[in-house]
Amino acid sequence: MRSNRALGATLVGLARALGRALVSEDLARQCGLLQSLDPRVRVAGLLTLVLAVTLSHRVSVVLALFGTAVLIAWLSKVRLATLFIRVWLVVLAFTGVIALPALLLTPGDTIYTTAIGSLRITAQGATTAVLLIARVETAVTFTTLLVLCTPWMHVLKALGAFHLPQEVVMMLAMTHRYIFLLAETASQMFESRQSRTVGVLDSATQRRVTTRTAGVLLSKSVELSNDVFLAMQSRGFRGDVKILSEFRMRTWDYVGLMAFLAVGAFAVWMGRS
Amino acid sequence: MHIPDGYLSPSTCAVLYAGAGLGWYGALRRIRRTLTARMAPLISVFAAFSFILMMFNLPLPGGTTGHALGVTIAAIVIGPAGAIMSISIAIAIQALFFGDGGITTLGANCFNMAIVGSLVAYATYRVISSGAALTSRRRLVATAIAGYLATNVAAFVTAVEFGIQPLLFHDARGVPLYAPYTLGVAIPAMMIGHLAIAGVAEAVIAAGLVAYLQVADPSLLQANSGLVPGVAVADRPAPPKSLRKLWITVAMLLLLTPLGVLAAGKAWGEWSASEFSSAEGRARIAASSQNRPPPSVTPTGLHRLSRLWTSPIPDYAPPFVKSPSLGYMLSAMFGVGLVMSLSLAVQTYLQRRRGAGQAA
Repeated sequence: MRSNRALGATLVGLARALGRALVSEDLARQCGLLQSLDPRVRVAGLLTLVLAVTLSHRVSVVLALFGTAVLIAWLSKVRLATLFIRVWLVVLAFTGVIALPALLLTPGDTIYTTAIGSLRITAQGATTAVLLIARVETAVTFTTLLVLCTPWMHVLKALGAFHLPQEVVMMLAMTHRYIFLLAETASQMFESRQSRTVGVLDSATQRRVTTRTAGVLLSKSVELSNDVFLAMQSRGFRGDVKILSEFRMRTWDYVGLMAFLAVGAFAVWMGRS
Repeated sequence: MHIPDGYLSPSTCAVLYAGAGLGWYGALRRIRRTLTARMAPLISVFAAFSFILMMFNLPLPGGTTGHALGVTIAAIVIGPAGAIMSISIAIAIQALFFGDGGITTLGANCFNMAIVGSLVAYATYRVISSGAALTSRRRLVATAIAGYLATNVAAFVTAVEFGIQPLLFHDARGVPLYAPYTLGVAIPAMMIGHLAIAGVAEAVIAAGLVAYLQVADPSLLQANSGLVPGVAVADRPAPPKSLRKLWITVAMLLLLTPLGVLAAGKAWGEWSASEFSSAEGRARIAASSQNRPPPSVTPTGLHRLSRLWTSPIPDYAPPFVKSPSLGYMLSAMFGVGLVMSLSLAVQTYLQRRRGAGQAA
């Protein structure tokens, strides 16, 4: 089994994606700060903060925004351990690999000379590495909070309210639904193949299994799209898309929106270089 | 290749959102014109399929594993417009729902993978597989090359976006505000992994899928194959030899040539003999050679051979043009004209020889 690594990794990846989606649906139903706001305010507000993070050029301002993200998460009943495992560690590992060489490669004023003589850490390199990691951590935290605290259909309806073409909103909604269906189908195909496998498969056989599974999944996908189209047609679909929106803005939502905009504008102002 | 938030400056993101917006507008217009309510579920299901395909770990020769983008099979089965929309939707869901790739960088990610990837894959596939039967081996080769090229061109465009950040966006102390590496570091760092792993993964999975469809359901390959349904390849009339598309591509490439001006300094090893004797030139050579100083005198062989030929337009900068960008463009036009004249001359010569042979 040890050598059937790729098949196993694919199974784990698919299961993890399905598991994460369930966690999001549960969190979105909790009573917290973000959950109490209109989905349009959540989308506009958190995307404003992501933009403010990107526009800020000072580490201190980005760190203050990170603090704001942690506070929002706590008030929205999002467990910090979830954010730590799902976002902060992953981003640190990914961005850290990219940012750390900048300590040595960015020219500037030397602040530390390593044991290997010609390698020097520069002040400019340290600033750029910290700024990059802090910025990515903060932006991804805001995006994750949006996803964790808002059911996907509400995100889509909110995007529709911002004049995203209705066809695109419909396709996003359909895609999201079929991702889970196809993920489950793929997972079952890999699982049944694994359960029929005795011993270890060489790399070429695993490659063939993966490609054929993808081929069967493609055929099933196309078949599914035909079935879905016929079902839509039988219900009167002629290509015109209309999305119902039941959202109503209340005073609390306006307060929330103003707060998001104020924090975002203040951060951009303070974060100028 | 999924760029997270914070790596690209807001202005770069805005430009790439505009570029992606043009691609989305064109794709949506084409989809609305050519069809059909049927396309909506097809694109959605294909987006879901591409999303799942990106999660497949493909074992590659050498013991490593890679992920495919799914852009090549999408372009081949549902065409470039459908592929642009379906891959964009998959990327948007990855960013919004799974936090893979940023929101501010969504335009950039869609531009690189969905638009550039789809167009390169489709164009390569159509050119190489032109006239081949649906079940021919040439279509497999075309698919593999298309997948490899699409992934690597998309990665190259991404690397350029990373690489121009420190050149354009830094503070007064020289601290890069976004991605910290210049083109000289970003391009090799990005391309090594894609040339060796990601491109191979896309090529293997796309060719494997086309091989499967050739056996299981060749009709899925029909729509974007360039073949007329029910007409044997040999019976098909020859396609009109229009050079319009080629001219448009050449013109676009000419307009893009000033990108070369963005690259700081010279490519390593392309120094002129005079640079070894000037202090500024020596500093440049040392800086690009890990601070190793060049020899104190110009190498004799280099000095002797460099005088053999003097270029009429040195450094792509005609002496009468002040702007480097315009100089690049003029040099490109001159080069293209020269290559085409030579090709025409060779073609005319070969035709005459063939004519003479037939007459004999």
